[in-house]
Amino acid sequence: MEKRILSKKQRRELIRIIVCLAAFLAIFIADKVAKLDKVISGVGWVLPFVLYLIVYLAIGYDVLWRAVRNIAHGQVFDENFLMCIATIGAFALAIYRGVSGMQAEGFDEACAVLLFYQVGEFFQDYAAGRSRKSISALMDIRPDYANLLTGGGVETVDPSQVKVGDVIRVNPGEKVPLDGVVIKGASALDTKALTGESLPREVAEGDPVISGSVNTSTQLDIRVEKEFYDSTVSKILELVENASAQKSKAENFITKFAKYYTPTVVIVALLLAVIPGAVTGDWSTWVYRALSFLVVSCPCALVISIPLSFFAGIGAASRYGILIKGSNYLEKFNKADAFVFDKTGTLTKGNFVVAEVAPEENRDKVLRLAAVAEHDSAHPIAKSIRESFAGETEGGYTLTNVAGEGIVASKDGSVICCGNEKLMKSRGISYVPHKGVGTVVYVSENGRFEGSILIHDQIKEEAPEVMRGLAEMGCKTVMLTGDNEAVASAVAEELGVTQYKAGLLPQNKVEEVEKLLAQKQKSGALCFVGDGINDAPVLMRSDIGIAMGGVGSDAAIEAADMVLMHDDLNSLPLAKRIARKTMAVVRENIVFSIAVKLIILVLSALGIANMWAAVFGDVGVAVIAILNAMRVNGRYKEKTNGKENLPA
Amino acid sequence: MKKVYRLEDLDCANCAAKMERSIAKIDGVKSVSVSFMAQRMSIEADDDNFENIMDEVVKKCKKVEPDCKIIR
Repeated sequence: MEKRILSKKQRRELIRIIVCLAAFLAIFIADKVAKLDKVISGVGWVLPFVLYLIVYLAIGYDVLWRAVRNIAHGQVFDENFLMCIATIGAFALAIYRGVSGMQAEGFDEACAVLLFYQVGEFFQDYAAGRSRKSISALMDIRPDYANLLTGGGVETVDPSQVKVGDVIRVNPGEKVPLDGVVIKGASALDTKALTGESLPREVAEGDPVISGSVNTSTQLDIRVEKEFYDSTVSKILELVENASAQKSKAENFITKFAKYYTPTVVIVALLLAVIPGAVTGDWSTWVYRALSFLVVSCPCALVISIPLSFFAGIGAASRYGILIKGSNYLEKFNKADAFVFDKTGTLTKGNFVVAEVAPEENRDKVLRLAAVAEHDSAHPIAKSIRESFAGETEGGYTLTNVAGEGIVASKDGSVICCGNEKLMKSRGISYVPHKGVGTVVYVSENGRFEGSILIHDQIKEEAPEVMRGLAEMGCKTVMLTGDNEAVASAVAEELGVTQYKAGLLPQNKVEEVEKLLAQKQKSGALCFVGDGINDAPVLMRSDIGIAMGGVGSDAAIEAADMVLMHDDLNSLPLAKRIARKTMAVVRENIVFSIAVKLIILVLSALGIANMWAAVFGDVGVAVIAILNAMRVNGRYKEKTNGKENLPA
Repeated sequence: MKKVYRLEDLDCANCAAKMERSIAKIDGVKSVSVSFMAQRMSIEADDDNFENIMDEVVKKCKKVEPDCKIIR
């Protein structure tokens, strides 16, 4: 998939580690089998010392160099420095044993500490790089150039140089560099990188296109509507790139912990070497234990595995078209226990359809009359009426819009009234009220009531199931709507939301959210989910503002904390699962790393654990924590499908 | 003013944390966040003195993590 798994630098590093590891093992085995310390009589320790020292220098020269350099900068608690003290100390101790006639041992440990330290460093570097790549896959949406149509021909320019109103050409296989409208051509656009949606989107003349999508079939000419920095692709990239700047509580905790951990361990090590050493006179034992302490003093495992987990979580989410603006939101989202939804466009499709015409036998006539009256209107309701009427509408009517009531169409003494109850009443037309739930349009011709049309918004297919899923996760679901009580309660029941508020004006939404915020428990978090249109204040006010179908609405991308690029509510439980997994891994890593390190510290202070265990406490823990963190970046969708397939 | 800088060769997570702490202490820096994972630093500092503050930031960075370069 990736062109190169390892960078040049990493490859060099890996070769060095492998060579040194092989050399180390050869010496180690030779030492155990052939007793290298017996080869030269008298000063037996010299041969193993020299051999191990060669490997030590080969693997650790850069660590030694950094230690010297950093200590010159006054960085006492620098990990390089501490590792060098630990290993040089171990060497010194082994030489001391050799000189004083004890069995020459401990060179292997000294060498191994640094060797494995480098293995750990390499692994961290590799893991971080891999994780970054998964996010930069998303960065692939960054367009490199735009084909600007000029009077003379086509010029290839940087996307940032293109101005609003310019026309750009997008050839098959190229990325759309800026947001715009198709003015020539029809094609299918691949928006997979943006939304995770695998089906290509058909576009034709007059359709808006968003930057970052890839033209798959035919050439398109696009009139640019937004400059590069305002285009969708820039907004998304900015969001993703800055996601890790907003740190979570867990991350802050761990860096704080690290800040005190290292100095504490170093001081304890110092005391451990000096006090019992002086008391018992057995210096070499206590210095050895102190050196083991230093090996465990590096907090790297913790410090890297926590941000790595969050990063992996954010990366996993972005692969499903869920953009999260920071680790802190991922952390908070895990605690989310209330979801407030804007109804239209979020829980419902926002496209209105004719549900019923009464009386049914008069259907054609009622629809025809209504279509005549609504012939000119851009209102979604008017559109739905026109769409449901198949025949030709008679033209030539004079249309008068009666604000808040409806439309009156007149031609040659014939008058069609099409509107709500108020219009019927004000015209003195006796009508049959429609009992259905939704928006009702009454139609009359020449003062005679002809019938009524019931129009309602369709709820999204996945909505009821998602509401149920969220409820199962212990979340409250609240629907906010401007609709009247009757419509709201019917929709609420169909969806299965726990609570609803009807008859709200847009400005009331903020008040409602504030009321809900006041009610909620402190440990929880309130999410507001909206389609991003006129939602900015509510998105900002809630704990986590979630904009749906955010692509195309850059205001929403700015105001929201999470952006669901799919117009699919299933993203919510999915995001919840990702957040849950991330936080579980974060907790595991914190507890596991700290626990293992403390246990090893205690054991080495007591002399039960040796320096090998200390190496595990440093490198082993780091590797395990990193592997655990990488679990977060797994697959999530397939799992749910499995669950859904199970019989209820 | 808030700005985001790319960091090159920021090799260890703990160094990133140390860098963040020492940069936060610089006069005029309102907030700073060094992300090891994203290899980015976002910094908010006084507008009128921004360039001078950034010089100081680069110096601190050199001191804590000499390998790491701030791409200005």
